[in-house]
Amino acid sequence: MSSSVLLGKLDWSAIPLNEPLPLISAAVVVAVIAAILGLVTYKRAWPYFWKEWITSVDHKRVGVMYVVLALVMLLRGFADALMMRSQLAMAAGTAHGYLPPDHYNQIFSAHGTIMIFFVAMTFMVGLMNFVVPLQIGARDVAFPVLNSVSFWLTASGALLLNMSLVIGEFARTGWLVYPPLSELAYSPGVGVDYYLWSLQISGVGTLLSGVNLTTTILKLRAPGMGYSRMPIFTWTALASNLLIIAAFPILTATLGMLLLDRYLGFHFFTNDGGGNAMMYINLIWAWGHPEVYILILPAFGVFSEVIATFSGKALFGYRSMVIATMGICILSFMVWLHHFFTMGAGADVNGFFGIMTMIIAIPTGVKVFNWLFTLYGGTVRFNTPLLWAIGFMITFVIGGMTGVLMAVPPADFVLHNSLFLVAHFHNVVIGGVVFGAFAGYTYWFPKAFGFTLDERLGKASFWCWLIGFYLAFMPLYLLGLMGATRRMQHYPETGWQPMMIVALVGALVIFAGILLTIAQLVVSIRTRDQRRDHSGDPWQGRTLEWSTRSPPPEYNFARLPQIKGLDAWHQAREEGRKTLEAAPYDPAEKLHVPRGSATGFVAAFFSVAMGFALVWHIWWLAIIGLVGIVATGLVHAWRTVHDIEVIPEDTDLARLIGPSPP
Amino acid sequence: MSVISSLQVGVLDPQGPVAAAERTILLNATVIMLAVIIPVILLTLAFAWWFRAGNAKAKRSPDFAYSGPVEVVVWAIPMLIVLFLGGIAWIGSHDLDPPKRILAKHSPIDVQVVSLDWKWLFIYPALGVASVNKLVVPAGAPLRLQLTSATVMNSFFVPQLGSQIYTMAGMSTRLNLLADKPGVYPGLSAQFSGQGFSDMRFNVQALPEGQFNQWVATAKRNPAQLTAATYAQLAKPGLQATPLEFGAIGQGVFDAIVDARPLPVSASATESAASPADDASTSDHSAMAM
Repeated sequence: MSSSVLLGKLDWSAIPLNEPLPLISAAVVVAVIAAILGLVTYKRAWPYFWKEWITSVDHKRVGVMYVVLALVMLLRGFADALMMRSQLAMAAGTAHGYLPPDHYNQIFSAHGTIMIFFVAMTFMVGLMNFVVPLQIGARDVAFPVLNSVSFWLTASGALLLNMSLVIGEFARTGWLVYPPLSELAYSPGVGVDYYLWSLQISGVGTLLSGVNLTTTILKLRAPGMGYSRMPIFTWTALASNLLIIAAFPILTATLGMLLLDRYLGFHFFTNDGGGNAMMYINLIWAWGHPEVYILILPAFGVFSEVIATFSGKALFGYRSMVIATMGICILSFMVWLHHFFTMGAGADVNGFFGIMTMIIAIPTGVKVFNWLFTLYGGTVRFNTPLLWAIGFMITFVIGGMTGVLMAVPPADFVLHNSLFLVAHFHNVVIGGVVFGAFAGYTYWFPKAFGFTLDERLGKASFWCWLIGFYLAFMPLYLLGLMGATRRMQHYPETGWQPMMIVALVGALVIFAGILLTIAQLVVSIRTRDQRRDHSGDPWQGRTLEWSTRSPPPEYNFARLPQIKGLDAWHQAREEGRKTLEAAPYDPAEKLHVPRGSATGFVAAFFSVAMGFALVWHIWWLAIIGLVGIVATGLVHAWRTVHDIEVIPEDTDLARLIGPSPP
Repeated sequence: MSVISSLQVGVLDPQGPVAAAERTILLNATVIMLAVIIPVILLTLAFAWWFRAGNAKAKRSPDFAYSGPVEVVVWAIPMLIVLFLGGIAWIGSHDLDPPKRILAKHSPIDVQVVSLDWKWLFIYPALGVASVNKLVVPAGAPLRLQLTSATVMNSFFVPQLGSQIYTMAGMSTRLNLLADKPGVYPGLSAQFSGQGFSDMRFNVQALPEGQFNQWVATAKRNPAQLTAATYAQLAKPGLQATPLEFGAIGQGVFDAIVDARPLPVSASATESAASPADDASTSDHSAMAM
């Protein structure tokens, strides 16, 4: 490929004019975006979106935007899933399906990357962003503008990744771009570069978000909320964000080394020049395994809140749960080698990591038992969030079992990289993280918007996901046992085809679940006036977020509450008052909220420009992008107005009673 | 029977001691865990249903949020299981360590495996032959494999014979397998390696002793030689639809591939003709029996 100063490696051959599939899907995406932008313009809603959302630094708005991004990316990632499943349902015997390897390989790479980084991760960060400050009685996160920057960097990464659909190509290497396959010698195209820059940009956003939420939890808890009074979701969020802080720098450094290999001729992971690809594999999993727990721990937190609330009981074994959460947090760094027992590290090493992996199942098992005993003796209400939680408990233990199975090295020697493995991690990611995301989405939706989601459609969506999951992935367990490996584009064994077709049917049932989620949202918005929640507490919740009105005012709490125990809001309700006690405050003190800022959005704009330029070697644009990012930061640093004063509304003040006399 | 063979029961249909031991571990571990998993699933459903809000008969205990004995039990159950499974993992990891030699009455056979884009090269150093996408072995003989990659990473895997292992450029791994009975056992790459990955299939043909010797004799008559020139051709990215055989191989081919050195130009190379580079090599591959 020739290279020009103006456009780098970019020319018309980058647009896949001869491939109808990506072009059609891109056309659909562009049409949808154009329609949305057109509608916003037609409704003259630009000032509203700019002021209330794009430049908002309110943690609740940022949280909602994270979740919206995750849901949109779920559609993209799921389209990939449907293409993969239909390809494999067809490509048996001598048939090779409709997706040639170079296209199919991009699809599974994009599917994994999108689902982990821009769906699961984004969804969980969104939930934590929205819930944590409310749950700890804080007015916002510790660094509100940084929070907005984090979100917009994540969105930049997502945009850059999706640009690869139309301009150029995506990685054909799998979602973790193992070298040497991802090195220039074997992947000379721009696909791996799209992957790397997209994740470098969004990874910075994630790391900043981790720093932000950790600081928030450590420093901004309401007066009286000691660690033993912290809600369990906040505990899991703390564990998750500590993991982000510890693990994401590893990812950034590892991908950075691969970038040096690809851009500057270094030899960290190349076959030649003394490189060692196995070092990459160790490093990427030193991030990758904690990443699994970054995703699942907040989901555990959601289920803990949901099961306690809908059982009308306090969470069973709170202290055990906290110990288990923090235990998992630490142990998650000691198991990474189980991702490659088949590298030939030796019996002692494999044995050690196998046992460490099993040990991490102990706190996880304890959690399951504690949820079980939370249900025991409760008054269980089968609202949609609880259905997700029950579905999770049943599904997740199966995924946990197959996981422990593969922790036995000799068992892994025959299951590694098979469809059994694919079934296992979908079992824990769908059964754990996705179910947790939807449980949290349905549970906290009325808090975010002031009206509940339609229960009937929500339950229908749950059943589609649950049944669809079993149909789609139980056959994959069996296929894995039969010796079917992952990432094959076709297979000669016609005997595998019936189960591949069942798996496709399962994927279609899940798709129906996704459509029902969209329908639920549309129907609920249209009938919002009948489903308004004026109490602020539609589920009889136990934690502080349910003490505010819905949606909460931008300052969350008119006065900071004084916390005197676990489940403070439940306590207040039990005592027959619908008010929290305010902490002592200075009556002369004014209430301030941070001012909106375009810093995040503008920095993201330059990040996309820089990322795109680096992918295509358009050096002048990369420099402009970098300078733009720095300049945006400097402009922000010299701002003169930091926050604005607000006068709390009487209804919000009435939700807290003055501090009791000492 | 034909239904079963068409289903390719793979890992569940072991044809050698390694695969059989691994299936046993798989089944044992599954049963041990199911002993807990099934009750947990049933209790989840039972508790949720019995304590439903509409059940007037259910005895509510809204303050039941802590119990010392229950806590002890919920920590003890997973600990005991893990203690047990941990033992299986540790012992199994040592018993079935891929480099561990298999003891059998039959004398062992050494094969060197090289993954290429996108085909498998099998070198029989002691027999002086080589094959592509077809691994012919004597049934009942311990198979001592030494593996590397001339390109990206792959994973050598024959589901019915057991353990897989990575093939990595610049490194050599070891794997010991054994096929109990004569038969054809499909093999594949279990590590994605790019464009032609799905076609990196090969068959292990386990033959009775006599037939195996016959195959070697026939292969030796094959005029094709594995030399620098033919290897260069073979190493070009592409598929190899039909298996190949080489009647003669150069000296130290495998070591040369591991060390990324040029292959010998001639297959009839003898000790004296070994290139200086061979002598300078610091790599120690004791399985080289030439």
